[in-house]
Amino acid sequence: MEGVKNIISEVRSHFPALETSMNGRRLVYLDNAATTQKSREVLEFISGAMVNKNANVHRSMYALSDLATEAYEAAREKVRSFINAPERENIIFTSGTTASINLVASSFCQAFLKEGDAVLIEADSHHSNIVPWQLAAQRVGAFIKVLPIDGSGNLCTNLAESLLTPEVKIVALTQVSNVLGVENTIAEIIKIAHKKGIPVLVDGAQGVVHSEVDVQKMDCDFYAFSAHKIYGATGVGILYGKRDWLEKMPPYMGGGDMVETVTYQKTTYAPLPLKFEAGTPNFTGAASLLPALETAEYLRRGEVGDALKKEERAIVSFMMEKLSQIPDIEIYGTPENLEKKHPIFSFNVKGVNAGDMAQILDKMGVAVRSGLMCAEPLINSFGATSALRASFAPYNTLEEADYFVQCLQRALQMLK
Amino acid sequence: MATIKEIEAQIIEEFSIFDNWMDKYQYIIDLGKSLPVIEESAKKDENLIKGCQSRVWLNCKEEEGLLYFSADSDAIITKGIISLLIRVYNGQSPKDILDSDLSFIESIGLKENLSPTRANGLLSMIKQIKYYALAYAEKEEK
Repeated sequence: MEGVKNIISEVRSHFPALETSMNGRRLVYLDNAATTQKSREVLEFISGAMVNKNANVHRSMYALSDLATEAYEAAREKVRSFINAPERENIIFTSGTTASINLVASSFCQAFLKEGDAVLIEADSHHSNIVPWQLAAQRVGAFIKVLPIDGSGNLCTNLAESLLTPEVKIVALTQVSNVLGVENTIAEIIKIAHKKGIPVLVDGAQGVVHSEVDVQKMDCDFYAFSAHKIYGATGVGILYGKRDWLEKMPPYMGGGDMVETVTYQKTTYAPLPLKFEAGTPNFTGAASLLPALETAEYLRRGEVGDALKKEERAIVSFMMEKLSQIPDIEIYGTPENLEKKHPIFSFNVKGVNAGDMAQILDKMGVAVRSGLMCAEPLINSFGATSALRASFAPYNTLEEADYFVQCLQRALQMLK
Repeated sequence: MATIKEIEAQIIEEFSIFDNWMDKYQYIIDLGKSLPVIEESAKKDENLIKGCQSRVWLNCKEEEGLLYFSADSDAIITKGIISLLIRVYNGQSPKDILDSDLSFIESIGLKENLSPTRANGLLSMIKQIKYYALAYAEKEEK
């Protein structure tokens, strides 16, 4: 027990933000599904790279530019190994999960989506995995189909077979919903889709944080996630794509280094992955994925990984038990098997506005999200116009969960 | 009838007794709970100001050249602050409302509630109050 405590305090010392305060209280940061705090290693890397590796990448014949390019490409290699992609050409740097999904929705659909076709999405998607598909569908006169969730927040995988009709040309799945925190059974859907020759994109924005991802084992055709949600810089995203699809898709944006030759009339494009990286990328931010993913590995492997996993499971049991004891509470995402529940807890208390709860919690040093959480259709499907969400990262503790519950109870006393 | 400045001064005076945030917020919450509920007929979509966090309804009436507001919100802290705004603005002339700057919200330590990032509808509500004032001021001129 003492050992676990020591490991956790050692882990926390890697994240300087966790030692700061908010409204005069020690910060209890529980908005990790929105963004995570950065490790010292990431922070030191970024400030160092801004001095010692700051030159534009892939362009110039001088040593400093080589250093920048090396760092950028080293991060690409790190991403590749982190998600076990076959080759570096599978890894495209974007500006975030949203940009990664937009890239596929735009390029893939331009080539493969026709009038009368359909895109299958999930009912628990956030806006970034809904709106890009709507835009793509509208351009050609295609339509959107929705795979529903049940009352406990489980994806209705059993309906996938019947929803995957011949009109469906691509499926956009969510590994873990940012509201429900439930691990979706996507493996089965991918299998069914592939049997019918339909490719699948997986939004891993939340999923990549809490579990090991192996894109080859998962067999998804595209996988999207953000650096800032896994201890890295903001404004950097990753798109993994199977080479076949990436080769067949037209470029998304034009300009910068994504070309081979350009005349005023015609351009031939650079080979993968640069074909999809128009303009100067956020190269320092992207390069910081190397220390960021090393941080992620440090948090999930070996003795540290075991201790944090144990703590995470304890947090999930504790939160589900304590929250369910609050009168008039409605918790979203309550799978019977708590192994499927990630430490993301969204709920409403009848008669109390989520924003009010968040404001009182803020005064006690607790940072949580309230509102629609960029998932308006899902929140509305619960008959709500907002919800409160506490989302934990591996560096959060059971003690913080306990403090959160105490603060919540005091807030409810004030508000009810 | 007290002026906007005078009512603001009263409110600042009232809030000066609170030496901790909890009492202050409890007071605002209680104000929110006691704000007369807007009549259902006025809670229509055209009076709705939608934010990500909460929704606000605002209705405005004119009597003998003075404006009267009623409002509601599904968030109680927002509603409490609304009740302060209504106390300041009710029965004032359109011109005085247009000239006001509402410094009292900052003085009583609630400035963060007007931050655009909070998306709680308050900022839009103040804007809407001023639009009403502007509309009635123009009507008077005609």
